[in-house]
Amino acid sequence: MKALVAIKRVVDYNIQVRVKADGSNVDIDGVKMGVNPFDENAIEEAIRLKEKGIVTEIVAVTIGGAANQDILRHALAMGADRAMLIETSDTLHSLGVAKVLKAVVEREQPKLILLGKQAIDDDAGQTGQMLAALLKLPQATYASQITIEGDQATVVREIDGGTETLAVSLPAVITADLRLNEPRYVKLPNLMMARKKPLENVPLDSLNVSLTHNVQQLKVAAPPERPAGIMVKDVNELLSKLRAHEGIIA
Amino acid sequence: MRTLIIAEHNGQHLNEQVARAVTAAQQWQQPVDVLIAAAQPDALAAQAAALQGVSSVLVASDAALQHPTAEHLADIIVPLAANYTVVLAAHSAFSKNVLPRVAALLDVNMLSDVLEIVNANTYVRGIYAGNVLATVQSSDATQVLTVRGSKFAAAAVGATAEVKTISVPAAPQGSRWVAEAFNKSERPALTAAKVVVSGGRALGSADAFAQVIAPLADKLHAAIGASRAAVDAGYAPNDLQVGQTGVVVAPELYIAVGISGAIQHAYGMKDSKVVVAINQDPEAQIFKIADYGLVADLFEAVPQLTAAL
Repeated sequence: MKALVAIKRVVDYNIQVRVKADGSNVDIDGVKMGVNPFDENAIEEAIRLKEKGIVTEIVAVTIGGAANQDILRHALAMGADRAMLIETSDTLHSLGVAKVLKAVVEREQPKLILLGKQAIDDDAGQTGQMLAALLKLPQATYASQITIEGDQATVVREIDGGTETLAVSLPAVITADLRLNEPRYVKLPNLMMARKKPLENVPLDSLNVSLTHNVQQLKVAAPPERPAGIMVKDVNELLSKLRAHEGIIA
Repeated sequence: MRTLIIAEHNGQHLNEQVARAVTAAQQWQQPVDVLIAAAQPDALAAQAAALQGVSSVLVASDAALQHPTAEHLADIIVPLAANYTVVLAAHSAFSKNVLPRVAALLDVNMLSDVLEIVNANTYVRGIYAGNVLATVQSSDATQVLTVRGSKFAAAAVGATAEVKTISVPAAPQGSRWVAEAFNKSERPALTAAKVVVSGGRALGSADAFAQVIAPLADKLHAAIGASRAAVDAGYAPNDLQVGQTGVVVAPELYIAVGISGAIQHAYGMKDSKVVVAINQDPEAQIFKIADYGLVADLFEAVPQLTAAL
């Protein structure tokens, strides 16, 4: 079966972003970028399913400007078969992304649609569920284990306080949690080989998706800092400080 | 127009975050209804009806709602939405699974994990693991959002709202609940606990994690949390993970033991009222957000603290 993996290019998770002086947006000029970590889990899962002989072709897709080709090359180097960049200079929110991906799904007809559970820049965590809704397909979010037999996927999901197991009929949308797998490292020869794999640029306009821009970011700000604390010299001093706060410890 | 709250519950009890969502919902100054979708909804409906600020409780009763899927819940919520300008829930694994599906079916955007409601369509929410606060405005006709429960006080009880039964469409065929496994614990739930004791990678092993963290948590009647590093290393189960990729907590007291305080962990605990950090590394990031820092060997300091309590 064909698997479509939708990925996003985000600021590297180790980097603490700064707010621009005018508060208009975050300053990400020259900052290290990469594949959103959860999306990397989604790519890895597709590859493992291909190694098991369940998935036959993996298509990686992202949306944005030409700079996004680097994460598609990364996906190809990991093991995706071909890649697609839906080209636009627009900033899309989750609903817009889901509408674009719906058009891609209709074109590609994948049996399995994989995404990360959340992008670590906007922390919205909506795209997979929205895509499933627009396609009227089943959804299984926060997957920590995926087992596919025939036309059915059994998915263990991470929920508050434990796990839930769902059986969804394919095609379905599944979003990856971190514990789904450990993404493989990309070796240099794989990067070289990835350059020979097909990467198609598709202008967003050619997909005839009607997009609205109903969400505006008015401003951004750094959160208030916690007031500086104090260092205590030992456990006894710590205890006396804590006892001074009413009702915290008995 | 009206505001609709989607209530989370475990079949018997409303999640305590529902009362917080009710407080958040008052910001629109219009009647607030609560949807209870359950197999046996009567006791749950009574709990919701008792919350002050609730105008009416809508009850969707169906055997399939013993373990509802997002698909079924969305099919119940979407037809109701014509009567509502706001659909909201407290942010959790439950609501963030369901509400994006609802929003997309309504062809509107959604705002996740809102920290502050500025006005009827403007919100403050965290981006980049809470390192940046974004003020966002939505011009959609229906505002669909989840709110961070810890930012809103719980609504008081003592009211008696009207309870109405609504019709329930058949459960969609494509997905089926199979099983669930909850980590059984005598301790309070991580998101509701007044005190949280969290362990990090410096514990070094699952045994050490249990032997050092659990006795302190017992003494303090605390929930146990863990950093992502500790979870990844297998010292603690994933549902104890505090942070951007785990749960967000805001207890009265948060004790971070052997946790470096990476950005993604801080995201999950920096709204705690009092933060204590115990770490051998004086340069650890966690000391920058701790009210009380103790540079010490955790294997000595934590048992000492436990014994002294």
